Amino acid sequence: MALTRDYSHYIKELGPGIAHLDLAVEGVSCAGCMAKIERGLSAIPDVTRARVNLTDRRLAVEWKKGAVDPAALIDRLAELGYKAYPFEPVRAEIVEAEQSRFLLRCLGVAAFAAMNVMMLSIPVWSGNVSDMLPEQRDFFHWLSALIVLPAAAYAGQPFFQSAWRALKAGGVNMDVPISIGVILALGMSVVETIHHAEHAYFDAAVMLLTFLLAGRYLDQNMRRRTRAVAGNLAALKAETAAKFVSPDEISEVPAASIRAGDIVLLRPGERSAVDGEVIEGRSEIDQSLITGETRHVAAGKGTPVYAGTMNVSGALRVRVAAAAEGTLLAEITRLLDNALQARSRYVQLADRASRLYAPVVHVTALLTMLGWVALGASWHDAIVTAIAVLIITCPCALGLAIPAVQTVVAGAMFRAGVLINSGDAIERVADVDTVVFDKTGTLTLPDLDVVNAQNIPADVFGLAGRLALASRHPVAAAVARAAGARAPLPGAVEEPGRGVRAVVDGAEVRLGSPSFCNVDGLANEILSRDPEVSVVAFRRGAQCHVFAVRQQLRADAAAAIAALKQRGIAVELLSGDREPAVHHAAQALGVDVWRAGVTPADKIARIEELKRQGRKVMMVGDGMNDAPSLAAASVSMSPVSAAHLSQATADLVFLGKELSPVVAAIDHSRKAVRLMKQNIWLAVGYNALAVPVAIVGLATPLIAAAAMSGSSVLVMLNALRARGAGLEVR
Amino acid sequence: MEVLVYLVPLALMLGGLGLAGFLWSLKSGQFDDLDGAAWRAIADDDPPQVPQK
Repeated sequence: MALTRDYSHYIKELGPGIAHLDLAVEGVSCAGCMAKIERGLSAIPDVTRARVNLTDRRLAVEWKKGAVDPAALIDRLAELGYKAYPFEPVRAEIVEAEQSRFLLRCLGVAAFAAMNVMMLSIPVWSGNVSDMLPEQRDFFHWLSALIVLPAAAYAGQPFFQSAWRALKAGGVNMDVPISIGVILALGMSVVETIHHAEHAYFDAAVMLLTFLLAGRYLDQNMRRRTRAVAGNLAALKAETAAKFVSPDEISEVPAASIRAGDIVLLRPGERSAVDGEVIEGRSEIDQSLITGETRHVAAGKGTPVYAGTMNVSGALRVRVAAAAEGTLLAEITRLLDNALQARSRYVQLADRASRLYAPVVHVTALLTMLGWVALGASWHDAIVTAIAVLIITCPCALGLAIPAVQTVVAGAMFRAGVLINSGDAIERVADVDTVVFDKTGTLTLPDLDVVNAQNIPADVFGLAGRLALASRHPVAAAVARAAGARAPLPGAVEEPGRGVRAVVDGAEVRLGSPSFCNVDGLANEILSRDPEVSVVAFRRGAQCHVFAVRQQLRADAAAAIAALKQRGIAVELLSGDREPAVHHAAQALGVDVWRAGVTPADKIARIEELKRQGRKVMMVGDGMNDAPSLAAASVSMSPVSAAHLSQATADLVFLGKELSPVVAAIDHSRKAVRLMKQNIWLAVGYNALAVPVAIVGLATPLIAAAAMSGSSVLVMLNALRARGAGLEVR
Repeated sequence: MEVLVYLVPLALMLGGLGLAGFLWSLKSGQFDDLDGAAWRAIADDDPPQVPQK
């Protein structure tokens, strides 16, 4: 059967005759890699452009349509030593990239306006104390207005829009006082300029916008960056299916392009990307990712197959059913929806602060105005003073206080191997006092591993590994991985459901079930010692060995759990697996509270119970069956190997083979929230100093500008302290 | 003070020029890959420049 790879789903046409493909590339880290890839691909005739983006770890290739086979490009990259996966940017990422470009454009406009206005403001400030003519001052004020009014109208859009949305929804956010401050400052300045007054606040308004946009852009950029990495990971795990394009020809296509009625081949060791019904073949199916049940289900003609289940032994032909979502998945999706609805909306620190701040500021301004009128000042002077109070208190530093910390902490967490999925996750993680772990794939490594490697001679291990490459059985794959095998044995034949055999130096070698290799005795001995392991036997002539394979605990799991306990966090283990396995893991890790054989609904019930007791629960899990409980917890985390649904639900995703990122996330978040609160108090304190000056009517534009930039810089510097959160789990 | 007649438009024009330059560089994608740009500057030699289109 011929196998081709079909990338047409991912290829875009750019102009006449030019095809464009975006690839996520693994292992690009430096200038050398960039040059190597770009040179290597450009050397292929008819490739018109190859450009690596080092920030996103992506590659854009363009070629003359029809002249190059995209599979050849990916093969060329593999020869160069880079694994590449075709990539389809998700909608959210495109929107975010667009937003970030818009913010940068606004920042550019605001910054240039601020610089040019300063050129006019400083002469006015110094002229006011020397010999500037009132006509010259008016001229400079009008020039400032000419620069600032269009610039503020453009660069203020992000704030005006967000404030308008909040007001329409009947709420207040930080952007409401910002917008009011900016609009009043500009309006008053225009009126004052018309009346030939001494002070105009054009510079303060545009400077405020510049500082705030800088904070917002940095925040957005960090988020875009983690989103890009998450997108690459999704591309690398992109689900493909082997679709029959003719009775004996199959093509590897993305799952998204499979339609109902298509027939796909499900090979042993492959996870189904579709729902359907078996029309040919016999096998066993592992549904553990969906149900948590580790026992395999027999499959034959007519057996339904669900997306996410793994085919264990024989090849199956599957006819794709109409619905994209499986019926088993439907139950999980229902639980997930309920949990998401029940999730109380967390009110972010910034919003809580602005809810208190906005009324206080506006009332202060109003009282200032009324106070001056009561003291006999003219309405004009009273209003000008009141607006000066609003300008001075405009939450410039307050607006920066949180995004600045978030940016720095997101960067630090990124380096520790934690990606942030949802914006307010940092604040919610900081509150956590209970962590609930799933076992399989979370506390244990997702892949099987050989546990008795030290008992097996290296040459046998190597040979068995190469032989194992011929099989797609998960246990064989574990042997191949553990042996680091790269070159498959020529002429290896797989006997479905039994094992693989080949002939090496005239002798037959076999790898497979104990009975296939006639070593039942040895295998039973290993099984009686540890009932949790799977065994795979190897025979070369008279020589035979048995490999014991099981999921290993993450190497630092015990240390990470000890570290959590040391921070006063309660740890629980909820698993869908059988009791002995869970008991063993709990004992090895020092977890006192554990439950085995729990269903997704049970997990939610337990989390709800904890929440009722006033605990802030973090759920860490990876299976599709964990998705609802991830949504039910106050904050959730998934390993990068998690099922797609779980990863999309989780607030944080951690990378790598270690559990320490869980501890790192908590440490960084706690530090971040401490710094955010400090920053808010710094900003408020600064305002408390400046407000009396404004109330008595002494807030000149010079003082406003100095107060604003001073407090902003202070807050930024404080945020930078979040960078060096030294942390060691072990 | 007559010099303002030249200096002010000149200053505004220079500022506008800077802004236009920034917007152009943004539009042409020069801010899309800041990490890569940093490394490209110190690469041994430029990868072969293939004319676009």
